Amino acid sequence: MRLGHIFLGAVLVFLYTPILVLMAMGFNASPLYQLPFQFSTRWYGDLMGNEGLLTAGFNSIVLGVITALVATTLGTLAALALNRHSFRGRSLLQLLLLPPIAIPWLITGTAMLIFFFWTGIGRGMHALVIGHVALAVPYVVLVVGTGLKTIRTDLEEAAMSLGSTPVHAFFAVTLPLLFPSILGAALFAFAVSLDQFVVSYFLSSPGYVTLPVQIYSAIRKGFTPEINAISTLLLLGSMSVILIFARFARPQSPGASK
Amino acid sequence: MPNEASPLPGPQSPGTGLHDLRGPHSPRKIPGWAATTALLLPAYAWLTLAVFLPLATMFVFSFLNKTPMGQAPVEFTLRHYRAFIDQGYLVRIAWNTLVMGFWTTLICAVLGFFAALALVRCTAGRQRETLLVLILLPFWTNGLVRVFSWTMVLRENGFLDSLWHLVGDGSISFLYSRPAIVLGLVHGYLPYMILTCYIALITIDDAVIEAAQSLGARWGTVLTRILIPLAAPGLISGAVLTFVPVIGSFMEPRILGGKVGMTLGTVIEDQFTQAFNWPLGASLSFTLLAVVLAIFATFSGVLKRGAAA
Repeated sequence: MRLGHIFLGAVLVFLYTPILVLMAMGFNASPLYQLPFQFSTRWYGDLMGNEGLLTAGFNSIVLGVITALVATTLGTLAALALNRHSFRGRSLLQLLLLPPIAIPWLITGTAMLIFFFWTGIGRGMHALVIGHVALAVPYVVLVVGTGLKTIRTDLEEAAMSLGSTPVHAFFAVTLPLLFPSILGAALFAFAVSLDQFVVSYFLSSPGYVTLPVQIYSAIRKGFTPEINAISTLLLLGSMSVILIFARFARPQSPGASK
Repeated sequence: MPNEASPLPGPQSPGTGLHDLRGPHSPRKIPGWAATTALLLPAYAWLTLAVFLPLATMFVFSFLNKTPMGQAPVEFTLRHYRAFIDQGYLVRIAWNTLVMGFWTTLICAVLGFFAALALVRCTAGRQRETLLVLILLPFWTNGLVRVFSWTMVLRENGFLDSLWHLVGDGSISFLYSRPAIVLGLVHGYLPYMILTCYIALITIDDAVIEAAQSLGARWGTVLTRILIPLAAPGLISGAVLTFVPVIGSFMEPRILGGKVGMTLGTVIEDQFTQAFNWPLGASLSFTLLAVVLAIFATFSGVLKRGAAA
């Protein structure tokens, strides 16, 4: 039994060591990452003056919010149809949600680049919105679909038998119960967009880059601990989003066994 | 995945049998099929525009003789699909890519299986929940930043060297090597493997293991005759979902491999960002997609059961 704990501890050390080293180096005074460690907040100060990284960070947040809003709307509607209606071809439609998740992003990203170039859609913010929403929609359908399975349909039927219209019954009964799942799905979609690099890399234009794309070009060109500082903020940002998501998406079964 | 509906539309022409499409819970006033269509159309139209049409266009592009820029006419050719014959170095790169995928998957599978086993057998309740969250949390953070973080550890005079200097001299830095790429990739996909193995192992009844032990089975026998066979679906889905993105990776080999980090992924990226040979990039992308789809098709049964669990 003791052996298992040691092994799990080693796995956690392996998973978190590089992340913690990255974070620590953002607070180290040396621009060449020299040790011994000398505490400094210099790089966070420099970051505040780095137009390129700040703009890219702002772009990423705006893109994440737009992606979350659009993907959550589209995905919730689709989840309602896929879970509450029965129709021919439903399994096929569910299967079609997998390619955006399962095909390596390199393939999806280069395919989007070719298609957007060929149709004249081009690159830039609008192209990134199209791409990110497509990558996030399947996750929204899964999260909202899981939420819908826990809501009993007879509640809505009860409302209708008491004279409610189907639309009103949905808004008065199902939607409020479903709201935590929808919020969770939106957070998830935001995280998917925030963490996306490969597809963004191919769809960014010189005038519109996201934070990961900007970080990548900095890594390729030669970087300073400012990159560690912004990476730390990005990691903490997506970790908090996912932890909040985990709270919302937890199935609401009272007294669930641990 | 629920499987009540047949995957393909029946032979009858559209317009007939629409009444059947009406689900038991669909609104009464609006026809069921109209509501269903209205709900599905936005999402699937978007996916068509953003994913399915692009994949189809890429397929067409892979047969063009050059990137269609300007007025020059383009012709159709099979040349790019002969790249593996005409450009011999691609075979070596493809082989290196598969080897990289193999090692990453194998290391993830071994570590992931035993980590999941330790979670199931040695932890419970709140402790287990916390450990699971801690293990999965990095998986949902930026992959690029996590790969970058390894350069901090592996570079000369980096964190690893600092630890080494406590006991020895010189440098054990191995940044810009194939093992560095595999290490970064294992770091990226291990959480997922632990999760799929955990889901498979948690369903094993303790009584089965106790019965085996009471009949005199050693730990090794329990492992090879009970635990591994019963965890196989988790191991296989974890392996597929590690191997597939790994053979399509390009940012990890670039950052951690430097000059030795040539993989199919980096060659494809080069065609789009440096060489500007889109048709060759498209044909290589499509070849990779064919491999990926073949892997998914081979293991679809296991993956479906994994998804249902």
